[in-house]
Amino acid sequence: MSQSLSKTPSGAESPGASSSSGAAAPPPKPSNSFLTKALARPEIGAFLAAVVIYIFFFIVAPPFRDAASFSTVLYASSQVGIVAVAVGALMIGGEFDLSAGVASITYGLTAALMCYQLSVNMWLGVIVSLVLALFIGFINGYLVQRTGIPSFLITLGTFFILQGCNLGVTKLLTGSVATKNVSDIEGFDSAKSIFASSFDIGSVSVKITVVWWLLFVAIASWILTRTRIGNWIFAVGGNAASARAVGVPVNKVKIGLFMGVGFMAWFYGMHLLFAFNTIQAGQGVGQEFIYIIAAVVGGTLLTGGFGSAIGTAIGAFIFGMVTQGIVYAGWDPNWFKAFLGVMLLLAVAVNLYVKKLSSTRKA
Amino acid sequence: MTDTLNEHADPTLEKGEPLIQMDNVGKAYGAIRALSGINLSVGAGEVTCVLGDNGAGKSTLIKIMSGLHGHTEGTLKVDGEEVHFGSPREALDHGIATVYQDLAVVGLMEVWRNFFLGSELTSGKYPLAPMKIKEMREIADTELKKMGITVKDINQPIGTLSGGQRQCVAIARAVYFGARVLILDEPTAALGVKQSGVVLKYTAAARDAGLGVVFITHNPHHAYLVGNHFIILKLGRRVLDKKRSEVTLEELTAEMAGGRELAELSHELQSTQR
Repeated sequence: MSQSLSKTPSGAESPGASSSSGAAAPPPKPSNSFLTKALARPEIGAFLAAVVIYIFFFIVAPPFRDAASFSTVLYASSQVGIVAVAVGALMIGGEFDLSAGVASITYGLTAALMCYQLSVNMWLGVIVSLVLALFIGFINGYLVQRTGIPSFLITLGTFFILQGCNLGVTKLLTGSVATKNVSDIEGFDSAKSIFASSFDIGSVSVKITVVWWLLFVAIASWILTRTRIGNWIFAVGGNAASARAVGVPVNKVKIGLFMGVGFMAWFYGMHLLFAFNTIQAGQGVGQEFIYIIAAVVGGTLLTGGFGSAIGTAIGAFIFGMVTQGIVYAGWDPNWFKAFLGVMLLLAVAVNLYVKKLSSTRKA
Repeated sequence: MTDTLNEHADPTLEKGEPLIQMDNVGKAYGAIRALSGINLSVGAGEVTCVLGDNGAGKSTLIKIMSGLHGHTEGTLKVDGEEVHFGSPREALDHGIATVYQDLAVVGLMEVWRNFFLGSELTSGKYPLAPMKIKEMREIADTELKKMGITVKDINQPIGTLSGGQRQCVAIARAVYFGARVLILDEPTAALGVKQSGVVLKYTAAARDAGLGVVFITHNPHHAYLVGNHFIILKLGRRVLDKKRSEVTLEELTAEMAGGRELAELSHELQSTQR
C-alpha cells in the first residue's frame, strides 16, 4: 500500500552507529552517528561531569592522585552505589523509596540485636534480617499498588516508622541507642569476610564492597537492558497504563523493584554491622536522598521510564569522588552538601533537555 | 501490508463466525451503572462500529472486552465459551487485542521494544533469560516496512513517531501477535485526514484478512467507511443496532447528533403551538 505519511529515509548510512547488543547486529537503518547515539544515552551527562570532577581534584588535591586514595574513593562510592543501583531501578519503574536509608539500619539492628539477645549464630541473624528486608520491601510495594497513594508518601510513612522503631526497640532492649559489640559471636568472622573484608591489589587495599557494587551494577544493567523484566521495568515507569494493557504484570514488577531495594538496603546494613561490629540506631537518616540524587545525577528521569544502572553507578562515583576529594584538598567538608545540591539541579536540567530531545519528532 | 495480515491472521477464521457475543451485558461501578443491557456480536471478517458521545459507555464497553474491568451483569462469550476476564492478559490469551487511542505505546521506549512489549522473545523460559534483541529488531523493522511505515531507525523512541504511525505500530503489533479480535479505541480521533485514511485502510485490511474488528469512534463518517454493523450508545444504553444494509450515513449522523431527542422536541413544540 502506498504510504502517504512515510518519509523518504535519508540515505546517510554511517558505519559508526554500532548497536548496543555488541554483536555484529547491523541495525536496519543506521542513520545516527556515533555522537548522536552517545548523546541519547542516559548517563552521558554524568559521565562528562565525572571526568571533569576527576580532572579537577586531580589538579587541586595532590593526595587525590594516589592509588590508595582512589581505592578510598571507590569505597565511598560503593557505600552509596550498592543501594542506589536498586533505588535507581525503582525510579526507572516510576516509584520512590524514601525508607531505603533507615531501612539499612533496621536490618543491621535486627541481626545484631537478635544474635546478641538470643545468643544465636550470626548467620541466623543475617538470614532473618534478609527475610525482614524483603518483607518490608514487599509491604511498601503492596501498599503503593493497593492504595494508589504515591510511593513518595507511603515510603515516607515507612521511613518514619522504621526510624522510630530503630531507636525505640534498641533503647528497650539494650538501654542505649547502639547495639553491643557482636564481634565474638559465632559466625561473625565468616559473615565479615563476605560483607566487610578487604583485599590487596599490589600495595593498595581494596574493600570488598567495591567488588560487590560493581557486580550488582553489572547484574542490574544486564537485567534492565537485556531481559524481558528490564523491558517491563522501563514500561511500567514510562506508561503504566500502556504496559498493563499489553499484558505486563505492572503490580508484580513494581513490588519486585521495592523488594530489590529491600535486598540492597539489607546488604548495606550487613556491611555496616560487620565493618563496625555495632550499629548506631539513629543513623541512616538522609541517606535516602543521596541514593535518589545518585540516580538522578546518573540520568534517571524523576518521572520514571528512563535511566540506567551504569548512570546511577557514575552518580555514586561522583558522590565518592567529591566527598573524598574535598577532604584531600583540605577544604571544609561542610561545603559538600552545597555541591551536591548544585549537581542535582544541573542533572535535572540536563535530564529535562534529554527528554525533550527524545520526544521530539524526527521520523 | 496485507502480507502481515495474511501471514499472521488465524487461518481457521471464517467470515461471519461470531467471535465475541455479549448478552445483556452491564457494568456497575458501585451504585453507578455505566452500562446496561448490551447485546453485541463481533463476527470474523466484520467491523462492528460502536458509536457514542462522550460518557455514552464506549470506554466501559472496551474495558470489559479487553479485560481491564470485569462485567457485573449478563454473559460474555468468546468462541461460544462463557468468560469473565480478570486481566488484559486473559483477554490477550483469548486473542482479543486492544489498541488504545492515547495509551497504545510507551513514548520513551524504542520502537522495537514497544512492538514486543509484553510478548518479548527470550532465549529461555527462566525469569532472567536474555531477550533475542537482534531478532526482535529485525522482525519489528520488517513488519513495519510491510505496513509501509518507514521509521528512520527502529531504535528511536516511539514518542518521536507521528500519531498515525504510532497507531499503526500498535495495530501491526496486535495483528503480529495473533489477534483474532481487534478493538480499536478512537483510532482516528487525534489524527489528521491523511493519517486517518491510513488507519482506516489498515482497519479494512484487517477485516478482509478475517479478523473481527470493534471500531470505537464518535465519527459516523469514519465508521461508515469501514463498518458492517453499527451500534450507537447513549448514557450506557444501546439506542441503535443496525446492519449496514439497514442504515444510511444520514441516519447515523442524525442519531449521533441526538436526532431522536430533536425530533421529539420539535414534535412537542409544534403540539403546544396548536
